[in-house]
Amino acid sequence: MPVFWLIVIVLALAAAGYFLGRGRALQSAGGDRRHLHSLPTYYGSNVALKAVVPACLLLVVWLVAQPFYVTNVISGMIPASDIPEGSSRGLVLSEVRRTAEGLDNAVAAGVMTEEFARNARADFTDVTQRLKDANQVVTNQITQPVLRAAQKYRIVNGTGNMVMTGAVILVALLGALWGLKETHKAFRARNSVEKGVMALLIAAASIAVLTTVGILFSLIGNTIEFFRLYPASEFFTLLEWAPSFSGRGGASSLGVLPLLWGTLYISLVALIVAVPIGLFAAVYLSEYASKPVRSFAKPMLEVLAGIPTIVYGLFALLTIGPMLLSVFGPDGTGWMGGQRAVITAGLAMGIMLIPFVSSLSDDIINAVPQAMRDGSYGLGATKSETIKQVILPAALPGIVGAVLLATSRAIGETMIVVLGAGAAARLSLNPFEAMTTVTAKIVSQLTGDSDFASPEALVAFALGMTLFIMTLGLNVFALYIVRKYREQYD
Amino acid sequence: MTDASMDTPRPRRAKTSLVSEDARTKKRNAAEKRFQAYGILAIATGLFFLAVLAFSIVRSGLPAFTTTVVDVNFTLTQEEFDEAEGQLFKTKAYSGYFISALQKKLETENVQVAFDEAAIERIMGKIGSTLREYYTANPDQLGEEVAFKLNAASRVDGYFKGRVQRETLQDSRFLTLADLDLVDALAEAGIIHTAFDWGFITGADSGVDNPGGAGIGASVVGSFFMMLVVLLLSLPIGVAASIYLEEFAPQNRWTDMIEVNISNLAAVPSIVFGILGLAVFIQFMHLPQSAPLVGGLVLTLMTLPTIIISTRASLKAVPPSIRDAALGVGASKMQAVFHHVLPLAMPGILTGTIIGLAQALGETAPLLLIGMVGFVARGYPDGFISGFTDPNSAMPAQIYTWAARADQAFYEKAWGGIIILLIFLLTMNIIAIILRRRFERRW
Repeated sequence: MPVFWLIVIVLALAAAGYFLGRGRALQSAGGDRRHLHSLPTYYGSNVALKAVVPACLLLVVWLVAQPFYVTNVISGMIPASDIPEGSSRGLVLSEVRRTAEGLDNAVAAGVMTEEFARNARADFTDVTQRLKDANQVVTNQITQPVLRAAQKYRIVNGTGNMVMTGAVILVALLGALWGLKETHKAFRARNSVEKGVMALLIAAASIAVLTTVGILFSLIGNTIEFFRLYPASEFFTLLEWAPSFSGRGGASSLGVLPLLWGTLYISLVALIVAVPIGLFAAVYLSEYASKPVRSFAKPMLEVLAGIPTIVYGLFALLTIGPMLLSVFGPDGTGWMGGQRAVITAGLAMGIMLIPFVSSLSDDIINAVPQAMRDGSYGLGATKSETIKQVILPAALPGIVGAVLLATSRAIGETMIVVLGAGAAARLSLNPFEAMTTVTAKIVSQLTGDSDFASPEALVAFALGMTLFIMTLGLNVFALYIVRKYREQYD
Repeated sequence: MTDASMDTPRPRRAKTSLVSEDARTKKRNAAEKRFQAYGILAIATGLFFLAVLAFSIVRSGLPAFTTTVVDVNFTLTQEEFDEAEGQLFKTKAYSGYFISALQKKLETENVQVAFDEAAIERIMGKIGSTLREYYTANPDQLGEEVAFKLNAASRVDGYFKGRVQRETLQDSRFLTLADLDLVDALAEAGIIHTAFDWGFITGADSGVDNPGGAGIGASVVGSFFMMLVVLLLSLPIGVAASIYLEEFAPQNRWTDMIEVNISNLAAVPSIVFGILGLAVFIQFMHLPQSAPLVGGLVLTLMTLPTIIISTRASLKAVPPSIRDAALGVGASKMQAVFHHVLPLAMPGILTGTIIGLAQALGETAPLLLIGMVGFVARGYPDGFISGFTDPNSAMPAQIYTWAARADQAFYEKAWGGIIILLIFLLTMNIIAIILRRRFERRW
C-alpha cells in the first residue's frame, strides 16, 4: 500500500522540518532563547504543520478525485455498441475494474509478465482462462474492448499514483521550506501555530456536519435514482413486498407499508415489555430503594444496555424463540408456526430497552423538586399516592420523551429483527406470525451481490431514507420535550 | 365564637381511632404495599432476564471451547507401506491397517463391538487418506509408533455435547445408531474423548459443511484492526472537536448547527451509517470492500458523537479557576487549554473513549452492508498493512454469519463467539471503571 508509505514519508519530512526549524530559530537568536519571540518548539511546530497539512489535504483530495478521472477516461473508451443487452455502462465499468485488478494480482503473483498484462489481446490469447488459472475472480468472458479498457485503466491509475506521490512529497517539501524561510527570531511563531491549530480544531468539529451531509447525500441521491426506476406512488401505497430475485424484472412489488407495519408492531411489543418494567423499576429505585439495593440493582440493569445487539438477536433466535414455541407452538396451543415471530423479536428488544427507559426516567424523576414531595406528604398522602398524583404527572413530559427515544431505538434496531423476526413481509395482527421490518430488508437487499443499478438494491436507500426521517423526527421531538421540561425546574 | 354552629347537628361519623385502621386506611395502605411490590417485581424481572441471558450464553457457549478428538496410537511398518502403495485403492489399504490395529486395541481393552470401514469414516473422517498423507510426507516415521489426534465428525461431536440424541437420531449416511454404539465403546476405551479446542480461539472461519473447524481468531484480528482505525481517528478528531466547541466556539449559527448535528447523529440508527459507508466509501470512493479500514471509518463516524459528548462533559468538569490561573501567568488561551485543561480532563476523556470503542466493537449492522460478513474471514492477513485492506470480518459479524447458517452445530460456535466478544467488552469496561476510580478528581 503505497499510500501508507507516502504518509510515513510526509511525517518523516515534518519531523525533520521540526528539528531544522527549531535549530534555525535558536541559531538566529544566537543560541539564547530569550531573544526569540516564541518558545523554540513553536518554530519547529510551525515548519512541521506547514509540511504536513497541505500535503495531507492534497493527498485526500487526490485520492477522492482520481477514480472519477479514471472512470471518465475509461468510460469514453467503451462505445455504446459494446454494452450488452440488459446491461449498463456501470456494470461494464465494474467488469473493467475487476479485470484490471485481476491483471494486477496476476502480475504480482508472478503468473504473468508485466509486458503480457500490458499488451495481451483478447482476440488472440485466452486471457480469461489465464486469469482463472492464476486464481483470479473473473466472471464473464473478457472481450477485447473490456481488456483494452482494463489495460488503459491500469496505465492511467499507475501514472496517477506516481504523479500523486511526486506531488504530495513536493508539496510537503515546499511547505517545510516555506516554514524554514520565515523562521527568524522576530517571527511570531506561536501566533502562526495557534492559528493553524485553531483551523484544525474547527475542521474536526465540522466533521459532524460533514457526516450528516454524507448521510443525506448517499440517501437522497440513490433514493431519487430509485424513484426514477420505480414509481413513488407504488412504493408508498402498495400493500405487498415481493422483490423479484432475478435482479432486473419489472415484476417486483416494493410496497413500504407491510415493512412499516412490521417495524411498528415489533416496536409496540417491545415497548409493552419495556415501558412498564422500566418505569416501575425507575420509580422503585429513585423513591423506595435503600442505598445498597440501588447501588446493586441500577448497575446490574444497566449491564443490559451494554450488551451488543447481536447477543440479543441470538438470544431471540435460540432461546426466546424455542421457549415460546414450546408453549404456543404445534405442541402447545398451536398459535405459533416457527420460532421467528413478532413476539420473539419484540420480547428481546423489550429486554434491551428496559435499562434505556429506566435510566432516563430515573433521571427525570430525580429532577422533580423535593418540595413537591414534601408538600404532598404534608397533606397526608402516602408515598404511592404522592408518586402517582404528584411526581409522575410532573415528570410526565420527560417520561414521554424517554419513551419516544426508546421508540426511535426500537425502530432503528437491526440485528434483533434480522435474526428474530423472520424474512416474510406480512400485514397481519397476529403477534405469533413472522413479519419483517424496514431495517431487516435494508440488510437483505444490500448484502450479497451488490449491483446498484437495479430497483431491488436501490429500494434499500429509499427504506433508509424512511428510517432516517422517522427516527430523526422522533428524536428531535423527544429532545425538545425533555429539554423544555428540564428548564421548568432548573 | 358564636354558638350557632353548635345548633346544627354534626354529621355522624364512624368512630375512628389512630390505633385501629379503618377500611379506607387499610385500602390506602394496601395500595401502597401493592405499588411497592410492582416496583420490586419490575426490578426482579429485569434481573431475571439478565440472569437468563447470562445463563444461556454460558450454557450454550461453553461447549464451543471443547471438541471431540480421537486419540489413536498407530504403527505402520515399511513393508505395510510398500504394500499399500502398490495397490490400486491405496487409501482403502491404509484404512484396512488402521481398522485392524483398532480392533486389536479394542480386544486388549476387552470391548466387544463390531464395525466396518464406513462406520469409521463416518466417525473420524477419511482416515485412509489422512494416514497416507502423513506417511508420504514423513517417511521417517515408518515403523515408529505415532500418536494421531483426529477430530471427530461434527455429528459425533454433537452426540457428546447432547446436540444429537439417540432417541431422535435417524439413520443416515452421516451417522447411524450402530455408529453410536461404536462411539460409546470407543469412549469407554478412552479412544474418543473431549478436549479443549484451541482451534476455536485461534482459527479462521470454515466452510458451511465443516462446523467443527470454524474458529473466531481471524475475525478477532479483523476487529482489532478496525478498533485501531477507530481509536486513531476518533480520539484525536473527537478531542479536537470537543475542545473547539467547549473552549473556543463563539455563539453563532454555525456552532449551534454543529451542536444540534452531534446530538442528532448520536441517535441515528447504526444501519444508516452502514448505508453511508456503502454509498460514500465503496460506491463513491472505491475503497476495497470488506476491508477493516472501511469498517473502521464507518464505526469512527458512529462513535464520534459519543466521544465528543463525553469529552465535552469532562472538559466542562475542569473548573474555570484553572484556566484563569493559566491566563493570569501569561499563557495564551491555546496554551491554557492544551497545557492545563486537557491533561486534567484526560482520564475522563479516556474513559469515554474506551466506552465508545466497546460500543463500536459490538456493532454489527453497518458491517454487514460494507461486506464484512463472516465467511470472508477465511484466513489471517499477511502483514500489518494488509491487515487494514485485506477482506476480513469482525467478531459480531462472524457470530451473525454462524447464527444465520442452517447447520445447528454453528449455533454453538455463535454462542462461544459471544463469550469471547463479551470477555473483550468486559475487559474494556473494567479498564474504563478502574481509570475513572483511580484518576477521577472532585473539585
